[in-house]
Amino acid sequence: MTQVGLEPDARPDAPPRRSTTSGRQRRFGQLWRFGQRWRFGRLALHLALGVITFIWLLPTVALLVSSFRPSSETGTTGWWTAFQLPFQFTLENYDSVLSQQNMGQSFLNSLLIAIPATVIPIMVAAFAAYAFAWMEFPGRNALFIVVVGLLVVPLQAALIPVLQLTTDVGITGSFLAIWLAHTGFGLPFAIFLLRNFFGALPKEMFEAAYIDGASPTTAFFRLALPLSVPAIASLVIFQFMFVWNDLLVALILLGGTPDVAPMTVTIANLVNSLGQGWHLLTAAAFLSMILPLVVFFALQRYFVRGILGGSVKG
Amino acid sequence: MDLGTLSTAIIVAVGVPVATVLFIVVAERLLGFLPERRRTGVRPWFWLFPGLAFLGVFLVYPTVKTIILSLMDDRSENFVGAENYTTLFGQRGFWQVILNNGLWIVLFTGVVLVLGLIVAVLSDRVRYETLVKSFIFLPLAISFVAAAVIWKFMYAYDPDIGTLNAAVSAVGGEPQTWLTEWPRNTLMIIIVGIWMWVGFAMVILSAGLKGISTELLEAARIDGANEFQVFFRIILPLMMPTITVVGTTIVIIALKTFDLVYVMTAGNYDTEVIANLFYQERFISRDAGTAAAVAVILLVAIVPIMLVNVRRFRSQEAMR
Repeated sequence: MTQVGLEPDARPDAPPRRSTTSGRQRRFGQLWRFGQRWRFGRLALHLALGVITFIWLLPTVALLVSSFRPSSETGTTGWWTAFQLPFQFTLENYDSVLSQQNMGQSFLNSLLIAIPATVIPIMVAAFAAYAFAWMEFPGRNALFIVVVGLLVVPLQAALIPVLQLTTDVGITGSFLAIWLAHTGFGLPFAIFLLRNFFGALPKEMFEAAYIDGASPTTAFFRLALPLSVPAIASLVIFQFMFVWNDLLVALILLGGTPDVAPMTVTIANLVNSLGQGWHLLTAAAFLSMILPLVVFFALQRYFVRGILGGSVKG
Repeated sequence: MDLGTLSTAIIVAVGVPVATVLFIVVAERLLGFLPERRRTGVRPWFWLFPGLAFLGVFLVYPTVKTIILSLMDDRSENFVGAENYTTLFGQRGFWQVILNNGLWIVLFTGVVLVLGLIVAVLSDRVRYETLVKSFIFLPLAISFVAAAVIWKFMYAYDPDIGTLNAAVSAVGGEPQTWLTEWPRNTLMIIIVGIWMWVGFAMVILSAGLKGISTELLEAARIDGANEFQVFFRIILPLMMPTITVVGTTIVIIALKTFDLVYVMTAGNYDTEVIANLFYQERFISRDAGTAAAVAVILLVAIVPIMLVNVRRFRSQEAMR
């Protein structure tokens, strides 16, 4: 996996220089024309970027502002009028969705679903990934290619039999079903990413460890895992966000029961039941975004890597 | 808060990893009884076992089972051959779904790639690059469900609520119902998808862009190429591999799109896509056979991309 972040790579930020070896006059003419085009071009560039950024932020800002406006205001005047005096902002909407619309319970449910559904697959994947990276066995490549193929298998292709399975065992509608299912669905990517990362560690290091009498377990816990903290961090963020933002698996394996519904399911239901209750819908939606946004801003580099690495996941 | 659930969550979150570690430790103990020579042959299978078991139970077996179910009736009791497929192909609704997913693939993929590339190229030339990219990337952090709420709010009919209709009214137009008429509603939902995923294309393309040597571009400029020529004759061809990688990912997203349609229109007004049809057939019509057939069609559509990925992986491995 290439190491990409949002930060531009350090490199001299020099504007394109033009020089010709031909006559002085021609050079001046060119420089002048270039200067004109440059200034106009720079202005257009800043303008274009400004407009794009504005459009991209506008919907989120609209949601945020509306979620703090009293219901009497949201239904009658646009959110953009909120910045006129007298300011009327309130936390009532949040209070209301948390206590009456089940969002408090759903927030906890989302956490309770996402944490085990993140920890388990990564732990399970790490052992398999280590075997794929540093152990010799017949069929290793063929088996790993199956994992690569499984990366893009759509969840829909597996969901009906998985639902049957959890129903037969009697765990449909409980968190156990969704933890196990997310573990299965998250594994191909986790194995893929960790195997590539483990595989890129220097071979000599493992050889030296084995010569010193280290067992594979020691090499795994003392060398491979500690050195892979960045990859694991990206993976944790990716898997956590995937589960946190998931609607389909929760909808199917948990059903509509409010006491186990994560926020995505509850919000989808609120959209139906509240209809035009925008003051509540916006607050509910923003509640579900808080954690991802905090993770995004606090751990941006890992976050971006995780998402990008996960681009191949199905 | 239900303490029972909480304690189960803690037990499972801690217990399963601990059990996995114990499993490996015990396995290593058992391996100790084997002769040295046999150990290296047996060990990998112990290490692989938990992972392969999960993959088998929750991905491989269910996918095979789905293919079988697609050949059986609505209650999965009798074999009906290709009947589910022929019924599907005979419905107008199915072709509407295919048409919509086609629109998703073409428009969503096309616009995400073009806009992603434009933002990557433009932001590469300014000092506040990181800031712009953060803001464009931000929608990717939130769920499709939250994004659907955000945009339903933007598209609301009342010009005193919906930002888009407020803008339309401000320039003297009539407020529109953005989500009730096909194909406009599908386009409006695709816009939400674009809003979410441009950041993804942008970051990967931007990384690819920075991999192009500045000397090469300088040389072209000195030889008299203008910025457009530099872009279309040098940057674009060099970035083709990256563009393909991003493109395949975006096509998969387009094929699997579900949440946005589910929340914004519930598949009404002809906006239904494959993943919604799957849900509809299984949970509203309660027809497991047809639902499985829909899932198989989705799987078949993704197989070419799977093969491309496997091939790319093999050539990467060959270079290691």
